[in-house]
Amino acid sequence: MDEDFDYIVLGTGLTECVISGILSSEGKKVLHIDKQNFYGGESASLNLTQLYAKFRPTTGAPPELKGHARDYMIDLIPKFLMANGELSNILVRTDVTRYVEFKQISGSYVYRGGRISKVPANEVEALKSSLMGIFEKRRMKRFLEFVAAYDDDVASTHLGFDLDKNTMDEIYTYHGLERGTKDFIGHAMALWPNDDYLTQPARPTIDRIILYVQSVAKYGKSPYIYPMYGLGELPQGFARLSAIYGGTFMLDTPIDEFLYTDDKKFAGVITKEGKARAPVVIADPTYFPERVKSTGQKVIRALCFLDHPVPNTHDSDSLQIVIPQNQVGRKNDIYVAVLSDVHAVVPKGYYLAIISTIIETTTPHVELEPAFKLLGPRVDTLMGIAELYEPLDEGHESNIFISKSYDATSHFESATDDVKDLYFRITGKQLDLSKTGADVFGKADDE
Amino acid sequence: MSFAPSTTSVKLVLLGEAAVGKSSLVLRFVSNDFQENKEPTIGAAFLTQKCTVGDRTIKYEIWDTAGQERFASLAPMYYRNAQAALVVYDITKPASFIKARHWVKELHEQASKDITIALVGNKYDLVADDNDSDDSLRKVSMEEGKALAEEEGLLFFETSAKSSHNVNEVFVAIGSKIPEAKPVTEELGSRPGNVGRIDLSGPALRSNLSDCAC
Repeated sequence: MDEDFDYIVLGTGLTECVISGILSSEGKKVLHIDKQNFYGGESASLNLTQLYAKFRPTTGAPPELKGHARDYMIDLIPKFLMANGELSNILVRTDVTRYVEFKQISGSYVYRGGRISKVPANEVEALKSSLMGIFEKRRMKRFLEFVAAYDDDVASTHLGFDLDKNTMDEIYTYHGLERGTKDFIGHAMALWPNDDYLTQPARPTIDRIILYVQSVAKYGKSPYIYPMYGLGELPQGFARLSAIYGGTFMLDTPIDEFLYTDDKKFAGVITKEGKARAPVVIADPTYFPERVKSTGQKVIRALCFLDHPVPNTHDSDSLQIVIPQNQVGRKNDIYVAVLSDVHAVVPKGYYLAIISTIIETTTPHVELEPAFKLLGPRVDTLMGIAELYEPLDEGHESNIFISKSYDATSHFESATDDVKDLYFRITGKQLDLSKTGADVFGKADDE
Repeated sequence: MSFAPSTTSVKLVLLGEAAVGKSSLVLRFVSNDFQENKEPTIGAAFLTQKCTVGDRTIKYEIWDTAGQERFASLAPMYYRNAQAALVVYDITKPASFIKARHWVKELHEQASKDITIALVGNKYDLVADDNDSDDSLRKVSMEEGKALAEEEGLLFFETSAKSSHNVNEVFVAIGSKIPEAKPVTEELGSRPGNVGRIDLSGPALRSNLSDCAC
């Protein structure tokens, strides 16, 4: 090839594929390359053969893991979608829901005092919850009523608070909530990974609680949804969006050389297929290691195969467990995502639990012990440590726009923030999905 | 009370080298139309067309490869749950027939075991009048096509999207090989059950879209 494009995208992780799909649907000519021979980059789902080739190349999968290798679709990065979150919104607006089918996650649990309990998501559930005593339940109910009723324009709903000035701790204190209750509100509903939010203005926390409550209200059992066949379907769905609008895809294509203009701006790439030119490149951090820096955080993730449901969850087929940092003497929460054959990621009879947290000590696997205890016996466990990267600069000088690594949070809200940030850096415009949606709906053929 | 005839939904994927006429075949089938020098397909997620086979209706969801075929970068999602495939080549281009062999192999590896595959030699209109003459444009004989189809257990047709020769026949033949829709079971290779499946684009979210300038 010897060809000109508007944009070259490197890496087929979710962030890159969403950007690629949106740019293509806006009529831009996009070339999308991945050095690996599968879609998804760091956010891929691997079959059993690919998974063990990565983690245990010498021994391969243990014989206890039966079934076809293709019946396993194991996420490298565990995350769920909030039913009412921004990624769900993008999926609907871009019509990628045509390619990806979703199911609910059956339960949302929080660890407290050595046990796990369901997270109450509304006033009624709060009154039934075993997490609180009778008086605390009433206080929790009043707190949730305050959150639900809060209206910026109606001073009487503010109870004298200014969400942009008062801290979250002040609001908790006003409602007289106990420390354990704060733990599950802040960590299992607002999904903050640590306690820094307590001393910050309350608004982002209130917004997060509203997102949680609205997401639960949407489908019922939990605020989370998950794609059939694993998270790897998401980048594939957006890659297809890009492809149907003319995006060209090249997998298994390492970059042999980067081309630059005289004033050191990006100009193109040379690969085994030849030369491709474009004035702008979008890439994940692995394509430009000299242009990213470590965030200072490392994440440990443990993939656990079980042949039984997680104890004390009423044999739930899927769930999230949040272990708030306070409860186990840590600075960062531990997350556990549990899936099963219902989501077509393991054969019938198996369960997959993925544990993740930010590393705090020199023996990170020991840090996961509280989560291992909750799971019961494991058929096999694979562990990996990932360093998180972010771009050194905004990208305007070089026209090289780099995404962030997928962080330790348990959902995609921060990843979609990165999509919006990248889109703004690249185009100078806010991402307006109503427009993209209109285009897609206008052209797509639905009978 | 009368019962509507049973409708079976079938995902059909298109495979074949660029410019062999995949999209033209579908356009002929879906809207009985043909466009000379058609631009590569842009913007359609998939096309749908109903087809009556005996006493039932088959509703095809036809997936085009779009920009993922040029460098053989099709996503596994493309093959997922596909019940039928059209592997298309151009009977005037031997290289496209070699590519067709490759796609058949790929389907056997990636797609579900019971997928129905039709091998289709397109552009029959270019050779229809001079099949036997020495200066015929035909470069892949019908016998070669038939042999590959027999070897691999495929349906086989030579078609012309331009003249519409054999186009409907391909889809009817595929339809008659597709088993009746079974009650929803969680069998391997079939679509997993609807239990707990949610419609993200259901009314709650769609209502937000009503104000967009479609």
